[in-house]
Amino acid sequence: MSNSVPLTLAEARDALKARKISSKELTSALVQGIAQSRGLNAFVTETPERALAMAAASDARLAKGEGGALEGLPLAIKDLFCTKGVKTTAGSRILGNFVPPYESTVTQNLWNAGAVMLGKTNLDEFAMGSSNETSAAGPVFNPWRAKNSNANLVPGGSSGGSAAAVAGDLCLAATGTDTGGSIRQPAAVTGIVGIKPTYGRCSRFGIVAFASSLDQAGPMTKTVRDAAILLGSMASVDPKDSTSMDVPVPDYEKQMEGGIKGLRVGIPKEYRIDGVPADIGGLWDKGAAWLKAQGAQIVEVSLPHTKYALPTYYIVAPAECSSNLARYDGVRFGHRTSGSVHDITELYEKSRAEGFGAEVQRRILIGTYVLSAGYYDAYYARAQKLRTLIKRDFDKAFESCDVLLTPTTPGPAFGVGEKTSDPVSMYLNDVFTVTVNLAGLPGLSVPAGLTENGLPLGLQLIGKAFDEGTVLRAGLAIEQAAQFQHKPANWWRAA
Amino acid sequence: MNTRPSKLVKGQTGEWEVVIGLEVHAQVLSKSKLFSGASTEFGAEPNSQVSFVDAGMPGMLPVINEKCVEQAVRTGLGLKAKINLFSIFDRKNYFYPDLPQGYQISQYKNPIVGEGEVTIDLKDGESRLVGIERLHLEQDAGKSLHDQNPDSSYVDLNRSGIALMEIVTRPDMRSSEEAAAFLRKLRAIVRYLGTCDGNMDEGSMRADVNVSVRKPGGPLGTRCEIKNVNSMRFIAQAVEYEARRQIDIIEGGGTIRQETRLFDSRLNETRSMRSKEEAHDYRYFPDPDLLPLELDANWVAEIEKSLPELPDAKKARFMGLGLSAYDASVLVAERDLADYYEDLAKGVDAKAAANWLNNEILGRLNRDGLSISQAPVSAAANNAIVAMISDKTISGKIAKDLLDIVWSDGGDPRAIVEARGLRQVTDTGAIDAAIEAVIAANPDKVEDVKAKPKLAAWFVGQVMKQTGGKANPAAVNAALKLRLNLPDEG
Repeated sequence: MSNSVPLTLAEARDALKARKISSKELTSALVQGIAQSRGLNAFVTETPERALAMAAASDARLAKGEGGALEGLPLAIKDLFCTKGVKTTAGSRILGNFVPPYESTVTQNLWNAGAVMLGKTNLDEFAMGSSNETSAAGPVFNPWRAKNSNANLVPGGSSGGSAAAVAGDLCLAATGTDTGGSIRQPAAVTGIVGIKPTYGRCSRFGIVAFASSLDQAGPMTKTVRDAAILLGSMASVDPKDSTSMDVPVPDYEKQMEGGIKGLRVGIPKEYRIDGVPADIGGLWDKGAAWLKAQGAQIVEVSLPHTKYALPTYYIVAPAECSSNLARYDGVRFGHRTSGSVHDITELYEKSRAEGFGAEVQRRILIGTYVLSAGYYDAYYARAQKLRTLIKRDFDKAFESCDVLLTPTTPGPAFGVGEKTSDPVSMYLNDVFTVTVNLAGLPGLSVPAGLTENGLPLGLQLIGKAFDEGTVLRAGLAIEQAAQFQHKPANWWRAA
Repeated sequence: MNTRPSKLVKGQTGEWEVVIGLEVHAQVLSKSKLFSGASTEFGAEPNSQVSFVDAGMPGMLPVINEKCVEQAVRTGLGLKAKINLFSIFDRKNYFYPDLPQGYQISQYKNPIVGEGEVTIDLKDGESRLVGIERLHLEQDAGKSLHDQNPDSSYVDLNRSGIALMEIVTRPDMRSSEEAAAFLRKLRAIVRYLGTCDGNMDEGSMRADVNVSVRKPGGPLGTRCEIKNVNSMRFIAQAVEYEARRQIDIIEGGGTIRQETRLFDSRLNETRSMRSKEEAHDYRYFPDPDLLPLELDANWVAEIEKSLPELPDAKKARFMGLGLSAYDASVLVAERDLADYYEDLAKGVDAKAAANWLNNEILGRLNRDGLSISQAPVSAAANNAIVAMISDKTISGKIAKDLLDIVWSDGGDPRAIVEARGLRQVTDTGAIDAAIEAVIAANPDKVEDVKAKPKLAAWFVGQVMKQTGGKANPAAVNAALKLRLNLPDEG
């Protein structure tokens, strides 16, 4: 078997079931592919021995005609999920050599379904970033390059390692997490599928927290079908996460079928914003036309508070982050300064200054500021009110439509280093995605076309809470119409 | 009820009124912690009762313990307080090594229990009403140990995450005695309810004391908060010291700075910890890991139905049986004592039973250093003794001897009375015979008593001796008077 494994999750599943290939063959090929692709810097930790052992166990189960929904399927795991016995970094120096003595619920669900772990993927530090450049493990490179260019592009973020690994065929699929667009934005700019499920659909237990009221795990895959398959195994109600919801997990693969005849697709007019390249607007129109051609009804809707979404997000998320990251203090685990300290305050200051990168420090400072006495009402309290209004916008819009169609990002992948000195332009990457997190709704990005420069772009479908089925169904319709068969040129593999 | 005049403190410029409010931290009686399944047992090896949640490990999430919520509601009902069916957990953010998450989960703007009241009982039998402002649930922190090693400090996280109820009073107390009476009453209530063991030695109940002074009837003065006062005695000492300190400052022309002070029980003084300006900015905000706590009104009603009779109701009932306010409040202070009393008083005179308990049982327990639950003689056995006194089977004197016997050797009081022939002699024949014997042996005394009727007491003693103490003293008196022709005492 070649070291490049272009198989989708569904294809590999069916081939394994039919005993056409073994998990060991599949896994060995991917393990080698990963080793040859270190130039992308997609993985922080590779776990080849564990992967091969898990594959062997899966093969044994498959041989007996047993096995779960993901039996023998090799996956990459964003290094924000705690994995028992495997170093977990969250892309930060502050965690040092932290090896969790516990497993996140989402990854446990995957192992219970028979999946194989290839390793832990790179990410923006504590999932804070839109380019995977804030990682302590260094930037990840997008497998895609612009036409006639050798310049390295970012894979988006924060789940940049997972996105690059899926786009570069280094795994069959990967997990991501999405707080403001961290699954959908990297999926869009690497030409893959990514879904952020409804808040509460997947357990947050064992996922290193960034902003608790926004964080949600989800799949990053090659196809919409693969996303349906993987989401079905990741999702669960969890007594260990009070914010997970007791809603039965449906068969998403089945719900995805059936076409979109009569589906009402809303086009939010406020998403036509200035400064967005023509490619994006054109693709959006094309998407609406594809859906209409398949029998959907297109309706214009209004989400009037959209312009407040980014400022609201950049108050709520840093506020929660400033508190969530207080536990990284150098006292019990992770990095502690080796410099001399005179008291506990100095130990905190030095350990945290050394352990956290600039972007994380920026957000901790913003968050601390907006929660401070005298500023709380002006910032945090108002942001919470806006959040309610943004949610209400969606409720209103869903009175006249079943799903919303928007662009995923305001542009394609950009150059490494291009936006690092301008945080605000970096934050603008999330302009179409943060609203979905603020409202707690499911959002899916589907690759829909290429820019003139040959870089992938995605379209986003937003659904009602716990209506991932409809989102996937509309996504499948886009996927089938777009016929996105493009692959990045394989420039990164070492021989 | 609060028209009672305040105890005033004398200063150089006249009298001052001391105004006291308390913030009591009461540890919830529960097997596991507020947001984790770790054990809450006291005295375990350091760091042996710590879950990953309690240690603030990455990705760990709190999950509310329903038992702790029930205990808070139960306590709120016992404080006659409003139960808030909707409450919110907030994060109180600050850095300290014994606070692993970097924040304490507490309740800030929306506590689980709102306003209530507690009636405190004072020594003179009077009462005063103390308002409860709120009760909220929060996590305890761990413990920093600075004295184990010269170069480092250690942290024990066994307490980390244990559920506390913070109970905040209105500034309704006017003396250290009232503050102590409040704490005693609160302790009695939570112990009756079974929601806190009230054990101050183990830190299950701790108080922060807010003290200010003012001219009687004047506006409230600036308060100082005295942290972590850990015994009734220290509360009295801390209040006395702090009130005097504040009066001296004001009378010296100074002003009181609002600040947090620490009570040093060794030096018996309070010391400044931090001023209002240096106070932490805790950056409270709703904990996004927890949903708002919503209670079902029916569930609260069920808890209310299961409440035991509380000290005030019990006291009123005991007073209705004929006990004094003082006796009743002594008996209801501890549920064990009240229960013991009720068993002891079954079918006998309530007052006689109370006297027997106060004078005989508590005296002996005190002498032997025992608590009521360790009493060597059961309430039922005492009930038998009191019943035998009241139906004149035995005399009061014999009863005390009998109690001593049962106290040290055990046994059934009635059986002992029969076996040892301790029955009181009311049979006049036997008493007359004893009188004749005493007269025959002491003809000279007979003459004396006729001249000095007061000497009759000597005869009574002799007759009692003759009958081995079993004669009914009243019957002996009457028979002697008849036999010796003595006049009635007038």
